[in-house]
Amino acid sequence: MADIHPAGTGSRIIRWIDYRLPFVGMLQHELYEYPTPRNLSYWWNFGSLAGIMLVVLIVTGIVLAMQYTPHADYAFDSVERIMRDVNFGWMLRYAHMNGASMFFAIVYIHLFRGLYYGSYKQPRELLWILGVVILVLMIATAFMGYVLPWGQMSYWAATVITNLFSAIPWVGQSIVTLLWGGFTVGNPTLNRFYALHYLLPFVIVAVVLLHLIALHRFGSNNPLGIDVKGPQDSLPFHPYFTIKDLFGLSVFLLIYAFFVFYAPNFLGSSDNYIPANPMQTPNHIVPEWYLLPYYAILRSVPNKLLGVIMAFGSIFLLFIVPWLDTSPVRSARFRPIYKWVFWLLVIDVIALGWVGANPPEGLVVTVGQIATFYYFVHFLILFPVIGKVEQPRPLPVSIGTAVLRHSEGAQLGTAGAPMVKP
Amino acid sequence: MLNLLSAALLIAAVFAAPLPSNAAEETPPLPRQEWSFFGIFGTYDRASAQRGFQVYKEVCSACHPVKHLFSRDLAELGYSEDEVKAIAASYQVTDGPNDQGEMYQRPGRPSDPIPGPFPNDQAARVANNGALPPDLSMIAKARDGGPDFVFGLLTGYKDPPPGFKLLTGMSYNEYFPGQQIAMPPPLSDGAVTFADGTPATVPQMAHDVVTFLTWAAEPNLEPRHRTGFKVMLFLVIAAGIFYAAKRKIWSTAH
Repeated sequence: MADIHPAGTGSRIIRWIDYRLPFVGMLQHELYEYPTPRNLSYWWNFGSLAGIMLVVLIVTGIVLAMQYTPHADYAFDSVERIMRDVNFGWMLRYAHMNGASMFFAIVYIHLFRGLYYGSYKQPRELLWILGVVILVLMIATAFMGYVLPWGQMSYWAATVITNLFSAIPWVGQSIVTLLWGGFTVGNPTLNRFYALHYLLPFVIVAVVLLHLIALHRFGSNNPLGIDVKGPQDSLPFHPYFTIKDLFGLSVFLLIYAFFVFYAPNFLGSSDNYIPANPMQTPNHIVPEWYLLPYYAILRSVPNKLLGVIMAFGSIFLLFIVPWLDTSPVRSARFRPIYKWVFWLLVIDVIALGWVGANPPEGLVVTVGQIATFYYFVHFLILFPVIGKVEQPRPLPVSIGTAVLRHSEGAQLGTAGAPMVKP
Repeated sequence: MLNLLSAALLIAAVFAAPLPSNAAEETPPLPRQEWSFFGIFGTYDRASAQRGFQVYKEVCSACHPVKHLFSRDLAELGYSEDEVKAIAASYQVTDGPNDQGEMYQRPGRPSDPIPGPFPNDQAARVANNGALPPDLSMIAKARDGGPDFVFGLLTGYKDPPPGFKLLTGMSYNEYFPGQQIAMPPPLSDGAVTFADGTPATVPQMAHDVVTFLTWAAEPNLEPRHRTGFKVMLFLVIAAGIFYAAKRKIWSTAH
């Protein structure tokens, strides 16, 4: 959001307001004219999809909060009351519950897209870091939201996860007591989780705004990973990308609606339809699917403190990715080695998810340890080393010459050339 | 987009196939039943659900409550207003305090929850050899396998294999985790007499009561399926229109 131009067009009233409060002008500049690389693929739809899901979750969440009772004795029954007696309560709750899963699926695709096309590289490091901050906030919010129905898995997930903090030397136990508001997971825990579950989404909204400001400073990265050099490389956001986003949105909503209406409990745990019972531990305590890889890392390390450090570290590594990757080329399209190693990471994370879903016995333990080891090797060793040894393929001179149909044979520049400027 | 879908399906397939745990709770695969409520247009078979309610009322309700059900809900199973009132009135409920400050008993009304067999969990345990009969209003979605699990459990009673150590008061059930269940076989042929003349075999009663219990767990399944179909249809059309518009707008951009 470099400059804010007052709207030059529109009615006299709009112009009068905009002269004093240049809001319409800002919208026009950022959502209408905003120059966007013309070669964005459908992988670039996931940013706007994530933003839309955040709004869906906040709207459904606020309406659910009007009916929900945050008390250990009534929470479970109040959720059932919403499902049965509140008009369209079942739809609100299933949309919220599955919406969280969809939000994570979208954000993970968005994140892996960033990793593949080097969207975190100079000058978009802060954009990337803000994205990771959003992910961390999402994990906290989703975890606390999962506790609210106060079913068996809610209660025991809260117990297991909050207990992780007891691994911290000296202050661990005090932190756990503070989180619980007592000496066990109970009503005070539920109350503070509810308060925070209501608060954090708005913090996410604030960070999303920062994320957008950082995005609009340099504009989107693109599948070629080279900078926009002039008007021939970009298209105005509207109508080109609004319509592309709308088409993507309608396809995404089909998948989302399928889960909400035809498989609403497929992604959840049946144990959470049993009221919380502190006297009875479920056979397998398993988090929601989107937290399984972290859970797998946690369980793969024999030492509790080290396991906690590595599970948290697996996320915090993402913060320093812009400096771990030493390659001057953004897009994996021009990186013959990284292109393949990227898919190894995808397989590794899926393997970790599988490990997290299964009881830690036999093969699961071995796969978990190998996959955990590889995860850290990927970021801490492969990222810096590949960037140094890899010979990138030559980059196109510009987006326009590479993608416009009428251009006669793309002119090629030298390897890595467009990125060498400071 | 295809790539994405196949990736999503792959991930789903990986997570949907958890390894069998090799603990003592190994159970045979559940018998898959044909349920009227499965599928995109699935609805509850009303006759079956009414028979199932009869099985619940005459057999299961001796030990198991359905805490989240109200008598009024039964109208959805096709009972008339008078029938619902009669069913509600067949229960005695505690109300009060009255003007004298005393609690009193009165016949139930449709707006009352269906009362359970025991005043509290402790009373339920004492009457059941220490075991707590679970609430059944959500049993059909509170167990892995859902309706198939409940059906399997109700029909899965067998003589224990030789060498199996069965604790006193327990029964052998091949679908129950650990195979030792505190509930004695609840159904036997002819345990109820169906008004519509359907023979009351164990699989028939199990099938009917599972239909009833699935309705109890998911009473909004039918509006969900109906709304879902309209929503999906709308989205398919919207996606088509947006795709056509996208092609038109982008036709000059390449």
